[in-house]
Amino acid sequence: MDWLTKFPQIDPAVLLTVKRAIDGSLRGLTRSYGKAIENFFYPLQQVLIFFEKMISATPWPIVILVLAAVAWAAARSWKVVAGVVGTMVAIGLLGLWGDAMLTVSLVLTSTIFAILIGLPLGILMNRYQTAGRVMSTVLDVMQTMPPFVYLIPVVMLLGIGRVPGFIAVVIYALPPIIRLTDLGIRLVDKEVLEAADAYGCSRNQKLWKVQLPLAMPTIMAGINQTIMMALGMVVIASMIGVQGLGLNVLQAIANQYFTQGIFNGFAIVGIAIVFDRISQAYGRRLQKHRSVGHE
Amino acid sequence: MSEARSIEIRDLYKIFGPTPGKYVEAVRGGMTKAELGRAHSHILGLNNINIAMPAGRIQVVMGLSGSGKSTLIRHINRLIEPTAGQVLIDGRDVLKMSEDELREFRRSQTAMVFQKFALLPHRTVIDNVTFGLDVRGISHGKARETGMRWLERVGLSGFEMRYPNQLSGGMQQRVGLARALSNDAAILLMDEAYSALDPLIRTDMQTMLLDLQAELKKTVVFITHDLDEALRLGDRIVILRDGEIVQQGDSQDILLSPADDYIRRFVKDVNRGRFLKVDAVMQPGPPACGTGPAILPGATLDAAASTLAASASEFAVIVGPGGQPLGHVSLRQITAALSTSATDP
Repeated sequence: MDWLTKFPQIDPAVLLTVKRAIDGSLRGLTRSYGKAIENFFYPLQQVLIFFEKMISATPWPIVILVLAAVAWAAARSWKVVAGVVGTMVAIGLLGLWGDAMLTVSLVLTSTIFAILIGLPLGILMNRYQTAGRVMSTVLDVMQTMPPFVYLIPVVMLLGIGRVPGFIAVVIYALPPIIRLTDLGIRLVDKEVLEAADAYGCSRNQKLWKVQLPLAMPTIMAGINQTIMMALGMVVIASMIGVQGLGLNVLQAIANQYFTQGIFNGFAIVGIAIVFDRISQAYGRRLQKHRSVGHE
Repeated sequence: MSEARSIEIRDLYKIFGPTPGKYVEAVRGGMTKAELGRAHSHILGLNNINIAMPAGRIQVVMGLSGSGKSTLIRHINRLIEPTAGQVLIDGRDVLKMSEDELREFRRSQTAMVFQKFALLPHRTVIDNVTFGLDVRGISHGKARETGMRWLERVGLSGFEMRYPNQLSGGMQQRVGLARALSNDAAILLMDEAYSALDPLIRTDMQTMLLDLQAELKKTVVFITHDLDEALRLGDRIVILRDGEIVQQGDSQDILLSPADDYIRRFVKDVNRGRFLKVDAVMQPGPPACGTGPAILPGATLDAAASTLAASASEFAVIVGPGGQPLGHVSLRQITAALSTSATDP
């Protein structure tokens, strides 16, 4: 009756061999192609460094001014602008300006990349229904897999540093933009699509003139979610050598510096609120004329 | 101005379901909608439709919801693929067109107006009106010029920079109409275009369509569930029920000789005086004795009755364009034609 109380598992010796074989081949892969992989990601690294330098080297008043201008352009509300400026000033006063800029640059670049990858994938997912279902499953896995797990192969292949951290953040932040692009296109009014067909739109015309503009509020919600996910990931990414506010939090955990943890935590929250308010206000403004119906 | 085109629909069948092709022969052989639904869980959308729509006239397709009228109009620009049959535009089969040919056909030959307007909410009124031109790749300036002209024609100048959701339903549908007219297409497809509008606005829009049509002479296919609207607009009327044609003809045919009880029920509630014309009830030739007030052919019975009532004579004389008497009609004949029971068996 032994098999009832103890699950009849595969022989541990076999499992061990399998694990060793996979890990061994992955390590072999790293050894033989490590240089090539690094070279492949070299341009990406340069892009990351460029953004980081650009944002870090910009004098703080200009950064605040630009953020205020973006906030105004997106929201057209003085309250939002005041909130954004206040938050940034508070972060600066706490002595976290430099780290905050590193985090902002990482979040910005990974969001841009996530949009560049995610938007076309969302469109494809919508266009090819079967492939879409497969992609949906992959996205489910991406969203539920603990980030630490896919950090392992990334670190094995690329070591620690900016690029692996960036890749981890992008993978983590990608699903919402893909899903909400697909959803946004699916929610476009059927009669409007019929009108587009009736007036002889080609598939691309329909996409650019009708589907994407009408899906834009939903896509903006996806971008907003993507930014939030990227920010949530910066602490985890700091474990593999990403600098910024996340690293300070990591140090605070390791050394039990409560106040440092709180300050940096709030700085991350502050940046999250700034991005969230700006992108949401923009999404809302897009929606102003889009409600179907009248009066 | 593009030339008017005739539309001919031949032996058209549409069956909805996973394997519609399998049942066409059975339906041709007389299987009914109910049998097909029960035994094979396919839905018979259109059954043996044959209509010849003359160029430059308004063809009304009337039926209640579920009669297949919206399905039918979507076959003309092939938004819906038929299961079997032909749709000929000036002899050219729409169903044989390649994807590119079909797109070109939709861009240049047809324009459609929708029941729920189907405007693009993110575009201003003028950008909605020029949508068809934009799709065809016509330059912005030229499209705008055309668009503004039609916007003025439908009475919406000054609203070009508004967004559709800032307009009332009637105004939105005028935008829809202006969008269709800007396309300068020979065929205008109107799918229950006025059904979502208030009665008064609907009458205004009908008048506008008749005025425009007098000038443009397009081939208009107008879908409606309202017999009054059908009688007012239609040069020719087709009545559908359960995907089949019950009767075709002009308004006089439908009012004076309804094909069956179904149509008789519809016709009962119509104000006949407004739609019946003296031509349909007059006795040919001049009256045997005496004379009476002159009426032009095409006058409604309402008009004839009030002319007759105001005069002392017994007959009104219908005179042709050259002044020759075509026929005569008495108040008694008019009253008989106006009474619904005249057509009841």
